[in-house]
Amino acid sequence: MIRNYFKVLTINLTSGQSTIVEVDGRNEVAGGSGLAALLFNKFGHFAKPWDDPEQPLIFAIGPLTGYFPLMSKTVCAFKSPYHNQYAESHAGGRSALTLRFADLDAVVITGKAEKPVCILLGSRHIEIKEAHYLWGMDVFATGKYIRHMFRGAGHRSILRIGPAGEQGSPMACINADTYRHFGRLGGGAVMGVKNLKGIAIQGDATFLLPENKDYPKIFEEVHRQLTDTDMMSKYHDLGTPNNVIPLNKLRALPVRNLQQTSDPNIAGISGEKFAEVALLRNNACAGCPVGCIHIGFVRERFSEENRYLYRQVAYDHEPIFATGSMLGVLDCFRVLDIMDVVERMGLDVMSAGVALSWATEAFEKGIISEKETIIPLKFGYAEGYKEAMQHLALGTNEFYQILSKGTLVAAERYNGKDFACVLGQEMSGYATGEAFFISQALGFRHSHLDSAGYSYDQKTDEKNAAKAADFLVEDERGRVFLTSMLACLFARGVYNEELLGRCLNSVGYPDLAGSISDVSRHIQKLRWKTRFATGYDPKSVSIPKRFTEIVTWKGAIDVEYLHNLKDEYSKRIIELATNGQTLIEE
Amino acid sequence: MKILTTPRMERCIGCHSCSLACARLVHKRLSWDTSGIRIRTSGGLSTGFEARNCLACNPAPCVQACPTGAYSQRKGGGVVVRKKLCIRCGECAKACPVYAIYLDPIGEPFVCIHCSRCVQYCPHDCLEMKEIAAETSAGEKEEEVQS
Repeated sequence: MIRNYFKVLTINLTSGQSTIVEVDGRNEVAGGSGLAALLFNKFGHFAKPWDDPEQPLIFAIGPLTGYFPLMSKTVCAFKSPYHNQYAESHAGGRSALTLRFADLDAVVITGKAEKPVCILLGSRHIEIKEAHYLWGMDVFATGKYIRHMFRGAGHRSILRIGPAGEQGSPMACINADTYRHFGRLGGGAVMGVKNLKGIAIQGDATFLLPENKDYPKIFEEVHRQLTDTDMMSKYHDLGTPNNVIPLNKLRALPVRNLQQTSDPNIAGISGEKFAEVALLRNNACAGCPVGCIHIGFVRERFSEENRYLYRQVAYDHEPIFATGSMLGVLDCFRVLDIMDVVERMGLDVMSAGVALSWATEAFEKGIISEKETIIPLKFGYAEGYKEAMQHLALGTNEFYQILSKGTLVAAERYNGKDFACVLGQEMSGYATGEAFFISQALGFRHSHLDSAGYSYDQKTDEKNAAKAADFLVEDERGRVFLTSMLACLFARGVYNEELLGRCLNSVGYPDLAGSISDVSRHIQKLRWKTRFATGYDPKSVSIPKRFTEIVTWKGAIDVEYLHNLKDEYSKRIIELATNGQTLIEE
Repeated sequence: MKILTTPRMERCIGCHSCSLACARLVHKRLSWDTSGIRIRTSGGLSTGFEARNCLACNPAPCVQACPTGAYSQRKGGGVVVRKKLCIRCGECAKACPVYAIYLDPIGEPFVCIHCSRCVQYCPHDCLEMKEIAAETSAGEKEEEVQS
């Protein structure tokens, strides 16, 4: 539905009361990331802790969601249990289209239910259903029961948490439709503290299309570009695991807690190997003909006779890096085994894998022992990691409780900070050099997708910190607009600002179409301002020593450049946050 | 005459491009419901996808069930729907053995007209137009869509 305001459903789990709120600001914040920040300013509390029942859990989509292909993502925003600051996490799956067809631009969930509940919402109904019987169930069992509890198979999205979220783990994700995740920064814990086990969104509304000749033409143009050209073949073919071999060749793949940046046996977990022996089928986010989701299988012999069960596990580069190369597990089926446990427990795979890689090195160094880890941790020992993942999710003992708060928290407690692979949060699967490290460490989401630092490292040998910081800021601005639309960032090569302007114009947002540059800068500032209001200081971010010890295809890390870039990028972020004008009034 | 068939649904990735194309191009709507082909899982995303679409029955039970003559038999199977005659009674949807007819909240029926426009949007070639020997009868009209 095209409207110059935002239609927001608010649900208070304490009172059980829901309402529809019309929020102004379409031409200022567009939607998605911008809308989420605006809503946090309206409904959130900067000073209260993340787990205060009044803090909101926000889901938002963009003005082009559903109208064009690959406009298929949802932003989830909340005060993070990981750093107690404002945070965003993004996911694909079906939630974006179902929110569109539920005729909502955003959902804001506040309060805390007395007992565990699930929410069902659609364009013509809202229901909060008591669901104590789901508490304790893993992600997959929860999904199966919610499917039966609520109507609407096929055109709905089911968001749910596993045991990690119930425990309030800062490493808990929100699983979206089995194979996608609001993975990072602990959104699962925010659901958990609200006693919210699952959300089923039914997409059951229909809208008339814009009545002009441009919309169908532009749709065809976009669809053709996304399906006929080679631009998306990487994602369609091997998927993101396509990165494993090239990164390994570059000596830019984090291996064994970043003690190495390549391994001669990496072929065992390459995208090619997964496709050859473990790829079962592909899947797509609703509204995306590319279908980058790669689903592998593991089978397990469960009796001495030839009796097997099989499981389906979605894989990508990041989970492969986190549970494969980082843990020294170089057999694709064993990697899928570990991922399967991570999925069931509802953990963020990157955080959990990197946390255990630190724990393994700490174990090898004798800093911690089986007294802490319960089972011996050893690089390559997949069975141990399967068990450790469960301990991490459940917080079985004090060690795992501390580790689940973040690798740096554990590293400080047990004195292993130098080799904690943390860049704002546990690192992503790129060890390309200074620009990436600073980009993730300081970036808004602490994600490799905040800005293309990994690409900058590969494209330039210049060590000009000011120039690199300018690149990171400008690249972030462009991405912020995409995540306000909400486009999948894999389509960033197609959706340039000129095309986005035409798309917006064709569906009825001419003002927005004509002010992309200003609006994107405004959203960028608003997000940073919001993050700062909850306590962020980029100067306080540290880069652990391990990142300065690695060697890539460029040679050793240039520590001086690294620190200069950190200073420069910090300065620019502070400028964005403090000079940013915002239309928000508390 | 050709009809829409779904011979390769094992390849389906659940992108809904076919449904969205039908709603967009045939019915001029943004929807994945008001479409002649609708995709759903067989029981969760781990079970693969199936299509809900008209199998081009001849004779079609929905035609027989329609009390106003809004539904008539299409040459070679399937139906022609004249929505001006439709009173939104929903009998067509009840009569369809494979749940191919979607009724919107005010009871307007949406069913495949075998026009082929969805086919090109499937990235995995799940859909195919198949030639069916036409059995013509007096008074049949070409397909008609009124939304």
